[in-house]
Amino acid sequence: MYKILKKEILAPKIKLMEVDAPEICRHACPGQFIVLRMHEKGERIPLTIADSDRKTGLLTMVFQEVGKSTKELGALCEGDFIQDIVGPLGTPRDIEKLDCVVCVAGGVGVAPIYPEAKAYHQLGTRVISLIGAQTKDMLIFKDRMEKVSDEVYYSTDDGSFGHKGFVTEVLNDLLEKGLRPDEVIVIGPLPMMREASRVTGKFGVKTVVSLNAIMVDGTGMCGSCRVTVDGETKFSCVEGPAFDGHKVDYDELIARQKRFLAEEKLAMEHYLAGAGGCKCHQK
Amino acid sequence: MSSKVRKQRHEMPKQAPDMRISNFEEVALGYTPELAVAEATRCIGCPKKPCVSGCPVGVDIPEFIELIAEGDFLGAAKKIKEKNSLPAMCGRVCPQESQCEAVCTLGKKGDPVAIGALERFSSDYERAHGESLTEAAPSDLSLGKVAVIGSGPAGLTCAAELTKLGYKVVLFESLHATGGVLRYGIPEFRLPKAIVDEEVEYIRSQGVEIRLNVLVGTTVTVDELFEQGFDAMFLGTGAGLPYFLGVPGENLNGVYSANEFLTRANLMKAYRFPEYDTPIWVGRRVVVVGGGNVAMDSARTALRLGAERVSVVYRRSRTEMPARLEEVENAEEEGIEFMLLTNPVRILEDDKGWVKGMECIRMELGEPDDSGRRRPIPVSGSEFILDVDTVISAVGTNPNPLLIRTVSGLALGRRGNVIADEETGETNIPGIFAGGDIVTGSATVIAAMGAGKRAAHGIDEYIRTKNGRGM
Repeated sequence: MYKILKKEILAPKIKLMEVDAPEICRHACPGQFIVLRMHEKGERIPLTIADSDRKTGLLTMVFQEVGKSTKELGALCEGDFIQDIVGPLGTPRDIEKLDCVVCVAGGVGVAPIYPEAKAYHQLGTRVISLIGAQTKDMLIFKDRMEKVSDEVYYSTDDGSFGHKGFVTEVLNDLLEKGLRPDEVIVIGPLPMMREASRVTGKFGVKTVVSLNAIMVDGTGMCGSCRVTVDGETKFSCVEGPAFDGHKVDYDELIARQKRFLAEEKLAMEHYLAGAGGCKCHQK
Repeated sequence: MSSKVRKQRHEMPKQAPDMRISNFEEVALGYTPELAVAEATRCIGCPKKPCVSGCPVGVDIPEFIELIAEGDFLGAAKKIKEKNSLPAMCGRVCPQESQCEAVCTLGKKGDPVAIGALERFSSDYERAHGESLTEAAPSDLSLGKVAVIGSGPAGLTCAAELTKLGYKVVLFESLHATGGVLRYGIPEFRLPKAIVDEEVEYIRSQGVEIRLNVLVGTTVTVDELFEQGFDAMFLGTGAGLPYFLGVPGENLNGVYSANEFLTRANLMKAYRFPEYDTPIWVGRRVVVVGGGNVAMDSARTALRLGAERVSVVYRRSRTEMPARLEEVENAEEEGIEFMLLTNPVRILEDDKGWVKGMECIRMELGEPDDSGRRRPIPVSGSEFILDVDTVISAVGTNPNPLLIRTVSGLALGRRGNVIADEETGETNIPGIFAGGDIVTGSATVIAAMGAGKRAAHGIDEYIRTKNGRGM
């Protein structure tokens, strides 16, 4: 059992939780994730590690409520327990000092990009961060990212903060103006990672994306998370989740992410009929 | 006396096929005490006891059968447990027909004694009568401390045996539940999970500490475990990454590995969705590729999840099928169709990324290959299209690479399996032992149990020698 020591609402439907998980924190590296299961009947949900502290043993997770399980997770409160957490899973990112990296984050993807930006920053790499969200309200991790970045650019779909439009447009502008980072890291929705990779491809800039494929065990046993990279089938849970952005078959993965849409809808209806919801203020 | 022995064995009652295809309850119902006694009295108690040498863990088969014949069912259960810590599971999933029963003297002139069914009966009787946990746990576990990695059949057996020998065992499991393939692979209707729970509970009651959600090599490293004071380690991490078909279209929606399909259904209980959160999708027309027990389990699970028609496509003939005969018969009774000497060529896609068919080719058998089985050869021009919307690939798995790739210097075989001594489980690294599918590649539950048991004795000898106590 893992106790929730802190819960924070970062934006509408985006929540942060800190849990007591010293063993996982001791080995967690940027780019890795955990799989959690809330209770006996719960599904196994992969969540990228947003931060981990070896000294306190606190593991930070950030998630957006998109389906039944994340909504139910969001309804847990400080002091509640999560039954199972296993990790750290996935191949750690190989991070070494470079001259310059660009971190491109879309939506809730800014949380998993933070540990990578932080690690590069600590090594003395120049970090330029490009953060996109639908609206100003949905921008999260602003302070954290500013602390570990040399420059930060923002964009919102509605123009309520920063550039009006997509974050990939900001990326395109910077590259057109002559910026040539050693590496571009992109984490966000699949269409955004596909577009960012298309943009960097034009300029021949190395690009790493982090994939959020559907998983069950998260340890390479089931193959649910398979994705085609450079014409070969890879398991994103063990061989990823980070891959060369120019070689991922995004269209296939976008289709695979829709495998359980009908069931997800049914699960949500079933949950709402059972009066689910946050009980933090009823205690 | 032997002339009076009934030639036919007493068959175990089963759920009727038309009933069982709509539920996940156990198919075989087990003997009644009367049937068990009747079957047990068929054993002639021959002096050579070929059955015992046919058993990978050396259960005293004639002795426990005699106890059943005398009506001492609890005594029989106790007798089995002297050698086998997981009898209710073995009674269900062991391939007795190719082990103990294959060499039974009665088998020469009629049916062999139904050893598996009797083993199952006595352990079920013990469980039903609440006696299984009464056995006193060994009080002294001070000989040393051993880490057992993986709680599948190899790890559970190794842990139980080491406890009997006087060692403190910590059993590590990366999933949220124990049992390995017994939990995620074998369906409820063949091995009820309540039985896995009970047998694991028995092992825990004997003093084994179980730690779930720990992926050794990642959550805690092998070196850290040795630093924490473990004297030795057993790697029983089993099979891992599933093989796919290697044909175009294998990543389409509607294509599962058997591991994914069965893990969703068994470990995650997706057959009870939405009461349980994990979804599973089964179409109208399912095809399972492969000829082993996992293929049978997948096909029968798909049927129970509501598929209208389920076929098994296998590239060789019936004779070469590695599945247990009993499982093939069960599948046939339930209406699973077998398309033998058939191999997939490609999976066809509809306009939304889902499966809409599978192109297959007919095969014929040529000369025997490395496995000793006749090699299947495609018959050119025999391609045809199967109208299917779900494909389950049950063509085997790799040894699980996750832990072993973190152990530097560990000797591995060509297929990524750990190289370990067959008798002692020793690897090339002192203190690290291994057994089960991680060593042999996909094999049986009882073979893994046998390896776990032998490794426990190998570990015992290693620790005694290391501590200068001798045997």
